[in-house]
Amino acid sequence: MSKKKKQENIEKPYRKKLIKKRKPNRSVWGDIFLYLFLAFVALVMAFPIIYAVSSALKPLDELFKFPPTILAKNPTMDNFSDLFVTMGKSWVSFSRYLFNTVFITFVGTFGHLIVASMGAFVLAKYDFPGGKGFFKLVTVAMMFTGYVTQIPNYLILNRLGWIDTYWSIIIPAFAAPIGLFLMKQFMEGLPSSLIEAAKIDGANEWKVFISIVMPNVKPAWMTLIIFSVQSLWNNPAATYIYSEEKKTLVYAMRQIQSGGIARTGQGAAVLVVLMIVPIVIFVFSESQILETMASSGLKD
Amino acid sequence: MKEFFSKYVTLRKHNAQVAWKKAKKSKMCYAFLAPYAILFTLFYVVPVVISIFYSFTYYNILEKPRFIGLANYISLILEDDIFLIGIKNTFLIAIITGPLGYIMSFLFAWLINELPRWVRSIAVIVFYAPSIAGNCYVIFSVFFRGDAYGYVNAFLMNLGIIDAPVLWFINPDYMLPICMLVILWMSLGTGFLSFVAGLQGVDRSQFEAGYMDGIKNRWQELWYITLPNMKPMLMFGAVMSITQAFGVCDVTMALCGYPSTDYAARTIVTHLFDYGFTRFEMGYACAIATILFLMMILCNKAIQSLLKRVGT
Repeated sequence: MSKKKKQENIEKPYRKKLIKKRKPNRSVWGDIFLYLFLAFVALVMAFPIIYAVSSALKPLDELFKFPPTILAKNPTMDNFSDLFVTMGKSWVSFSRYLFNTVFITFVGTFGHLIVASMGAFVLAKYDFPGGKGFFKLVTVAMMFTGYVTQIPNYLILNRLGWIDTYWSIIIPAFAAPIGLFLMKQFMEGLPSSLIEAAKIDGANEWKVFISIVMPNVKPAWMTLIIFSVQSLWNNPAATYIYSEEKKTLVYAMRQIQSGGIARTGQGAAVLVVLMIVPIVIFVFSESQILETMASSGLKD
Repeated sequence: MKEFFSKYVTLRKHNAQVAWKKAKKSKMCYAFLAPYAILFTLFYVVPVVISIFYSFTYYNILEKPRFIGLANYISLILEDDIFLIGIKNTFLIAIITGPLGYIMSFLFAWLINELPRWVRSIAVIVFYAPSIAGNCYVIFSVFFRGDAYGYVNAFLMNLGIIDAPVLWFINPDYMLPICMLVILWMSLGTGFLSFVAGLQGVDRSQFEAGYMDGIKNRWQELWYITLPNMKPMLMFGAVMSITQAFGVCDVTMALCGYPSTDYAARTIVTHLFDYGFTRFEMGYACAIATILFLMMILCNKAIQSLLKRVGT
């Protein structure tokens, strides 16, 4: 609590000075116009998401009302509980889909964080033959989407015997280029003296990595986590996994939505489950992510 | 000439020896990099190579690949009408949503930059949410439903602009524009975050120096001070938006169906899926993937050389 108060004390004079601190080369009308414009755009951007959330909360009779209401009048959680009830009777229960997605996301993100940070650490802090070339290769890999490699990946995963297992989604996610890229750029900002001091004190490289470097790049953790979660949580996994009981939430959502009008409420509920997780993570880690993104620039 | 050549060889040898000695000394580095490097090679480098290799063969998984030279490419470009539709659609989407989304990302990042801190963080969440909300775009299929009770149809009919409901996702005339609208809605992504963060990092004293030097309005300030400072972020954002623009398929597949009416919403990636995972003509699909790969890399390089000139 005291910390918060302190921050407010620092911020208050800033707030009072807001008007005085205006930059001299700005016109008032321009500002007013821009703020109105921004507010309008924000409303447009947020509308589909607000609508999706409210329709997940609507009871059945409100869902099909015409003209539609934007906010639910009698919000219920029925749609969410229906997900478990009706899908519970089907061959694969909803909780199974949920578990699959959570498992894939959690393991994939965790592994990605470790593997990418280890690589980023040596790329950022040590000069060794092949390091720069490898990093260039990674930046090139950011320039094409995963779709290009999807077919050969299938053949490779097939050779490894991972088709139709969780690993077919999890292991390739470890090597996502954007994670290594952002981590490396952020680690370059760490002072080298920190590492040298630890070495003089007798720590080996692994110790330096675990107890010096990793705690100091916590903001970058969140960034890697959000990007990894975002891509894994929304992974339909339809091409590499074909057993029904190993499929993910996105797949379940498509099934529910193809169930027609009767499933509208549940479809909206799954949609909310799908989007709420990345958004909540982002809301709580926004400042850390922005701190990392400040070093995201692509220099040549 | 000969002397020059032998000198060159000795120099190279020497360099290689130095590198080898350095490499031996930095075993630890390789040990740290190894897990990532192995996985990266396995799932990003090797696939590209394999894909280029198979694109010269006829391969259907069951039989062994048979070398057929350039036949895949020739039939793709000369005979496959649907692929040409796919290329046309992908380019249309990329050319419209790519630059527009990029400019939007920068513009909004720049506009919210001067807001007070708490307003700014709310604005970032609101603008960024659509792109991390994943599959939220399917909600647009509710708005644009084809019958008279679809909200957009009802709205337009009430205003008297149209007198019969429009089948938004079945009529080929409307498919692409609506997909573009949805893609634009989602286009404030990673690049946007990078811009927001980059703008915060621009040195304040440069702006003050700018006032002294007579920068009159926000637009001059943008071009002469802000943009040159943001160059690395601009590059990064460009890479992100190009990659996204060329890889579009999720939105068109979810909204217009797969396959869509008259293939009007087919993109290169959808075509790739069709041949790779429905017809199992892997060689042909790999040729499509290779073309897509080359397009993305070349476009990225072109844009990067263009961006180097910003603010000069």
